[in-house]
This record gives sequence, structure tokens and C-alpha cells, in this order.
Amino acid sequence: MRELATTAMIELSHIDRHFQVGDQLVKALDDVSLHIDRGEYISIMGPSGSGKSTLLNLLGLLDQPTAGTYFLDEVDVTSLDDGQQAHLRNKAIGFVFQMFHLVPRLTAAENVELPLVLAGVPVEERKRLIEPSLEALGIAERAHHKPDQLSGGQRQRVAIARATVMQPGVLLADEPTGNLDHKSGEDVIAILEGLVDQGITLIMVTHDMDMGRRATRQLRMMDGRLDQDLRTSNHGPS
Amino acid sequence: MTTTDFLRLTGTSLIAHRARSLLTALGIAVGIAAVVLLTSIGEGLQQFVMAQFTQFGTTIVAINPGKATTAGTSMGMFGTERPLTIEDAMALEQLPFARAVVPFVQGNAEVEFGGRRRRTTVYGAGPAMPEAFRMGVSVGRFLPEDNPAAPRAFAVLGSKMRDELFREENPLGQLITIAGSRFRVVGVLESKGTVLGFDLDDTVYIPAARAMSLFNVEGLIEIDVMYEEGVPVDRVVDGIRRLLTARHGRDDVTITTQQQMLDVLGGVLDMLTFAVAAIGGISLLVGAIGIVTIMTIAVNERTNEIGLLRALGAQRSQVLSLFLGEAIVLAAAGGLAGLLLGAGLGQLLRVFVPALPVQTSVFYALLAEAVAVSIGLVAGVLPARRAAHLDPVEALRAE
Repeated sequence: MRELATTAMIELSHIDRHFQVGDQLVKALDDVSLHIDRGEYISIMGPSGSGKSTLLNLLGLLDQPTAGTYFLDEVDVTSLDDGQQAHLRNKAIGFVFQMFHLVPRLTAAENVELPLVLAGVPVEERKRLIEPSLEALGIAERAHHKPDQLSGGQRQRVAIARATVMQPGVLLADEPTGNLDHKSGEDVIAILEGLVDQGITLIMVTHDMDMGRRATRQLRMMDGRLDQDLRTSNHGPS
Repeated sequence: MTTTDFLRLTGTSLIAHRARSLLTALGIAVGIAAVVLLTSIGEGLQQFVMAQFTQFGTTIVAINPGKATTAGTSMGMFGTERPLTIEDAMALEQLPFARAVVPFVQGNAEVEFGGRRRRTTVYGAGPAMPEAFRMGVSVGRFLPEDNPAAPRAFAVLGSKMRDELFREENPLGQLITIAGSRFRVVGVLESKGTVLGFDLDDTVYIPAARAMSLFNVEGLIEIDVMYEEGVPVDRVVDGIRRLLTARHGRDDVTITTQQQMLDVLGGVLDMLTFAVAAIGGISLLVGAIGIVTIMTIAVNERTNEIGLLRALGAQRSQVLSLFLGEAIVLAAAGGLAGLLLGAGLGQLLRVFVPALPVQTSVFYALLAEAVAVSIGLVAGVLPARRAAHLDPVEALRAE
């Protein structure tokens, strides 16, 4: 084996995810095997219904495979129970959604605080973590605003702060620019790429070919299978 | 998650829907207020009635002719029981623990003085009655210690009777006619008020033996024995029963202690309070349905948020407790408001209707609050469980 195997962050082997819809069996994921190293920048592209989101949900432990094994940081997560998976989501995985999914009644800072609250992090330490996080994303002065007082780009930045405040190893982004104008989208991508430079593993689902091509590794999905796995040397605008 | 976080999260979501939360809590508040108010009235009523009864003293035993217990075979073939007589009462006076013995006969008769007539209850009683029943004499004296078998024709008036019959005149020494017989008024009693619908002031007291011949009855309807304080009631009952059994040849009387009467009465009043609380409970049930409805709506509205919390690593138990917490906070806040509302209305009632003694029981108030919290718990369980078991992927996708 190559040396990389020991530093593998994610190891999927022969993953199936089948749904029964009426009397029809839908193979959302069909024998997917994937090896992802720490610090990779990956885009997942493909037409609607090709299984991109299912793959992302599965990587994020929001969904369970019908068959196959999934090792995350050398732990067989398919054998974990619901509570252990929730714990792992909290500690090791960050999510960024197309719809931001901010809690409307909480301020930006309180939204960022949520994963810390769920983890039971003491109040003083939370402050210590939240402030630099908001600072780094340029939304410190919006900390006490509610989501409806923020622009789309600002909302997504709050969501990124929330996804990274626990300092997870992997960041999963589902169409993170899908609801943003071009300029804000560029900003958000730049922020995400900055996180990659700091060592985070970024896996991003996107429809946007230009966005997708910026990743150092581009996966293409088709009918639940990995169709193409392309590596380029350096990320950035193509 | 710390308690502060928990309260903040439930608090903000309840405040986010102020009007809705208030209305839902109001449903519980009305229910709790109803329970508190109704039980307050019930409790007050109980204390009032008890006070009415114990005002006659608690060391009293009542003896009535006949056995109240139901036996398997009819006692009829041995003949009817012997009546209680004046002689029985005189014999009871000899018992060492007897402080006062009062024979009783009761009847209705027309009382007349100076052309004024009034139909009223006439009691045949003995001279020991004021002592036994803690009655005060306002003018003159009560019936004197005569030969109980042949007393003089004296009468003592209740205060209302005196007012009705004599108006401004002095009744002492006057002759009144009761059912055609003449009696001389020797005293007037202090007002005793009404007990369970009996106006104790609208009466005339005459010696028991006189009343028996007046109403043409063979026996007394009751003999009341007031015993020395501190004597065990069982010894009193035993002594009386032995004496009367010896006199009558068999045990043919019913002996009721004041304590028994109070127990029975207390039992009845407890049931009444409970029944009234149950009526209030129905409105609580309606409030609970309100909570179920609102929490079900809340879970539907916040499906996205539930999905998000799960994605951020919330345990199912955390989601469950957040929603359950909201239901409980709603119910508890409503309960507290209801408690204040109910107690407040009770106090108002006290001010405006002083005759109705309202007494808010701490026990029922705490019970009501505990019930409110339990209602929140029960009402919240189903929606909260649904929230906890949502599929996070589906929940995040929900519109």
C-alpha cells in the first residue's frame, strides 16, 4: 500500500444506497469506493439525481449506506449507533448548505455558538472560539444581527463560521454558492479555499462547472456511480 | 447542553411566537385558575361547615332509638325497639363521665302571644342544653332544674322568635301559648345563626317531658350526652351501651359520636371538593389539547431547524428535550398564571361575597401546578418524539 493509506481521512468501500420507491428500487449510490486524504479539495459534480447529494449526506453521517463500509479517521462509522454518529458529526464534520439553514430567531453569534452549545463547551471557552471565527470571516460587526438582517453572502459566512467553529477535519458543502449572486459566491469560495489552505478537507457538491474545476480533485457522478475522478495540481480559478 | 442554554433555546422559540405562546399558556391558565378557584371555594365551604358543627363542642355523643346497622335477618319478630325515655336520660346522668345529658323531642307547633302567631319548630330539651351545646342566654335563664318527669311549663325563646313575637316588649314572665298549652317565658337565647338550613334562632325550647305530651309521642328522638374532656370516646360509648342494654333488655340504640359525624361530613365534603376539582380538570384537559396542537405545529414549522440541529451533532435526546421543554415551560407558565388568577379571584370573591368563605389550599395550588407541568410533559411527548425521530436528510430538505 502507498503511504497515503495511513493518512486516509475517508475510505468508502463498495457503498450502496438503495431506496425503495413504490415497487421500484432506486440505486442512489451503486458500488461507490472512494479514498480521500486529509486536506484534499474535492468537488462533486454531475446531473440532478446522479447521487451527489446522497454521497455527501452519507459522508456527513446523515444517511446510512445499504451496503459497504465507511471509515472516517480509521473508525468504521457504519458500525456506530445514532448517538455516536451524532457525536462525530458534532466534532469531526462541518456542514455548509445551499439554504444556509440559520436559525432565524438567533443572532449570528448565537447561530455560530450552536455546535458548541450542543457539545456542552463551557461559556467562557465558547466566547474564545466564536469571536476569532467571526473575525476571520469578516462578520464580527454583524455578530448581534439576526439572519434576516444579513445579506446572503453574510449569512453563508455565518454558516461557514458555524461549520468550522468546532475545528472539524472535514467540511461538507452542498451547493454553497447556489443561493448567492456571483460576487458573493466568489467570496464564499475564496473563504472555503482559504480553509483548505489551513488544512481542512473540503468536499463540495456543485452544479457550477467553473466552481467545480477550481478543486484539485474533481469527481463526476452518473447514475449513482463515480464516473470520473480527475486530479489537478493546484486549486484556483481555471 | 447547560440549563441556561436549554432555557435560552426554549425561551427564544416561545418568544418568537409570542401571541401563540401566550394563548396556549392562557388555555392552561384558565384550567388551573378554575381548579384553584373551585377547590378554594370547596375548601372554604368545608372549613365553614366544620366550624358550624364543632361550635357545639366535640365531646358529644348522640343516642337515637333503633339500631342503624343492617342485619341479615329482620329484628321485627322480636318486637319493635323500646323508645328512649326521660327515665333513660335520668339514668345516663348517673354515669361517672357524663357532664350533661340532654333529652330531645322535636315538633312543629303554633306559638301565640298577644294575637301574634308564628308556626315554628319547638324543641323539648333539658336544663343542661346550654352547657352541652355552648349556647348563651341573653335575657333571663334557661329551663330550670325541675323534676325531669314533671317539669313546670316554662319556655325559652330563640332570639328571632322573641323579636317576632314580642317586638319591643319584655318577654320575661309573659305567658305564651304553644299548641294550645300555656307556657311562661323564662329566658331568651343568644343568636346562634343558621346551621345547614335550620334557623336555630327561630325556635322555642320547652321541657322534654312537656313536649312529649304536647306532641303526643312516647319516646325521645335523641339523647345527647356531653362527656368529660379527656375520657376516651370508646369508654363513653361502652358505658352508655351497657347501661341502656341493661335498661331495655337488649342493645336497641344507635350511638353516634361527634367524631364520627365529623368524619362522615368531612368525607362528604372531601368528595365535593374533589368533584369540583375534577370539573376544573376538564378545562385543564382542553388546555392540554391546545399544547399538543401548538407543539405539533411547531415541529412541522421547524423541521428544517431540527434537521440542522441533527446535522450539527444534536443527539435525539437533545432534540426531544428541547421540544418537551417548550411544552413544559408553556404549561408551567400557564399554570403559574392560573394559580395567581385563581387565588386572586378567590380573594376578590372573599371581599365581595364575605358569606362564601374562600380558602386557597396550598396543597391544591401545588397539586395544580404539578398537574400543569405533567400536562406539558404528556402533551409534549408525542410532538417531541416525532421531532427527535425525524430523518435529518428529509428534515433539511423540507420546505
